Amino acid sequence: MQGRGVRVLARLGGAVFVLWMVATVTFFAVRLIPGDPAEAALGGPGSQASAEALAAVRAEFGLDQPLLTQYLQQLQRLATGDLGRSYAQGIDVGPLVLSQLGGTLLIAVLALTLAWLLALGLSTWSTRGGRLATSIGSGLEIVAAALPHFWLATALIVVFSIWLGVLPPISTAGVAGLVLPVITLAVPLAGFLGQIMRESLLDALESPFVLSARARGESERGVRRIHAVRHAALPAISLSGWAFGSLISGAVVVETIFARPGLGRTLLSAVTARDVPVVIGVVMLVAVVYILMTLLTDLASRLADPRLAERSAHEHGRSERGQAARGRTRG
Amino acid sequence: MTLVPLPTRPTRRRRRLTVPEATALLLAVFFLLAAVAPHWVAPGDPLAIDPLSAFQPSSWAHPFGTDESGRDIFTRVVHGTGTSLVIGLAATAIGLGLGIVLGTLAGMLGPVVDFAVNRVVEVLFAFPGLLLALVFILIFGPGVVTSTIAVGLSTAPGYARIIRAQLISVRRSAFVEAATVLGLRRTQILTRHILPNTLAPLFVLGTLGIGQAIVWAATLSYLGLGAEPPTAEWGAMLSAGRTYITSAWWMSFFPGLFIVLTAVTATVLGRALDRRLRHA
Repeated sequence: MQGRGVRVLARLGGAVFVLWMVATVTFFAVRLIPGDPAEAALGGPGSQASAEALAAVRAEFGLDQPLLTQYLQQLQRLATGDLGRSYAQGIDVGPLVLSQLGGTLLIAVLALTLAWLLALGLSTWSTRGGRLATSIGSGLEIVAAALPHFWLATALIVVFSIWLGVLPPISTAGVAGLVLPVITLAVPLAGFLGQIMRESLLDALESPFVLSARARGESERGVRRIHAVRHAALPAISLSGWAFGSLISGAVVVETIFARPGLGRTLLSAVTARDVPVVIGVVMLVAVVYILMTLLTDLASRLADPRLAERSAHEHGRSERGQAARGRTRG
Repeated sequence: MTLVPLPTRPTRRRRRLTVPEATALLLAVFFLLAAVAPHWVAPGDPLAIDPLSAFQPSSWAHPFGTDESGRDIFTRVVHGTGTSLVIGLAATAIGLGLGIVLGTLAGMLGPVVDFAVNRVVEVLFAFPGLLLALVFILIFGPGVVTSTIAVGLSTAPGYARIIRAQLISVRRSAFVEAATVLGLRRTQILTRHILPNTLAPLFVLGTLGIGQAIVWAATLSYLGLGAEPPTAEWGAMLSAGRTYITSAWWMSFFPGLFIVLTAVTATVLGRALDRRLRHA
């Protein structure tokens, strides 16, 4: 299949382009920071660094070169995976950031799974019940989506750690330490996913393929499980890239509150300390993971919805016109 | 006797406020009042300290309790409403404004611009969530103004994408096709048909977005990158309450409750607006 090969190459090319642009934007944006980067590397204006020390740092980081040379050098270093050295900690950023990735990915994946289960459960339960169930369900979703991570985390700590004393308020190494951070991340996300899944579940239950499944005599449970839920999952799957982004932002808060090592906490302390190489390192790593996530969700949507794969194999214009027609009837 | 069901007229039922909508409307009025005239709602001084009555739990004199300096939390929360609402509104305005510019460029100026804008939006999306805001704060330093702009900036790519999609679907719709066939001028089609049908959903987007913007701005304050603690801002108050969480939970609970209530109010009102606009 030649067409598929070209498409895959185009997607990969697009991903590399986005990474290059992210590197370029951060490189030039960081130059906007007021103050002397060499001084920042030596501990900021308070450090009273000598002229020789400043010159040495400039030479070491290539800061005495013209901007374009610095930019090309930076790209070259990034291409070889070298992210530079942390101003604050004096160690290489690459290994530092990679060592933090695991902890964040662990809570992010657990939270995403939990959020999916909660959203799926809530939206199927509330669309099956009567009007009361629907109201309760959508009410819960709206409130959950509005919960700020830092407040939810605080509330959970107060209730489960201080009043009940069953879970540790700061993250310990074991499973018990994971419970509160994962719940904190999952609940608001479940609220968002649930709202979207309910809409598409209701859409699906009124669609022709569900009607024909019912006409074939399939049980209500079968109709829901096989047809409607799968349809309802689609928009939520394609939102998983976005969900990952919200989890990373959440991780900044959650890791800080629960004192968990991870990318989020590293990023926050680097931003407060103006440790530029570490911030760039985290940003690049998050961009790589984010791009991989979008590629994966693309693949997952294709697997869940065979129509997508067929559609892109055929001529493109026809499906777009079809979509416009569908938009018309709804509008 | 009729076999064919009579065409039903649109009933007034749909327009009637539901209970959550009415509640949200009341809350919105309360928040607006607290923002515009906080002294009517809570007559005290939000910064007045009274060390003798520090760390008091809820009582008639202090419905939300007091903080470490004996300041009344209810007064502070009410007086913080204005700051939080203004930050939320400003951030949403910045995000929507940028989104409108990018989305309109992409949706109206042909495939080359569309391609370019899409790549820009894609690159912005690679700084997911608060990441863009954090990079912005790294460059321009913490503070209320930078954190507001930062939140606006990080919401812009999402808005741009939605607005572009909306524009394109309106442009392809039957009534625009009809207007083109009828020979209307391009500017007329744009101002009479395309823009009104694109702008109406923007109100909904904006209303829904304010809640989220308030939550994000409060998050930045909580992390110590936005408003500074003596200010009566909700996120900063929560941040200050963090130290005393074991003994004085109300210091954190009530400011957070107000954040949640504003966000829920914005969501409920946004959805109500959406339903009415769509069925209008």
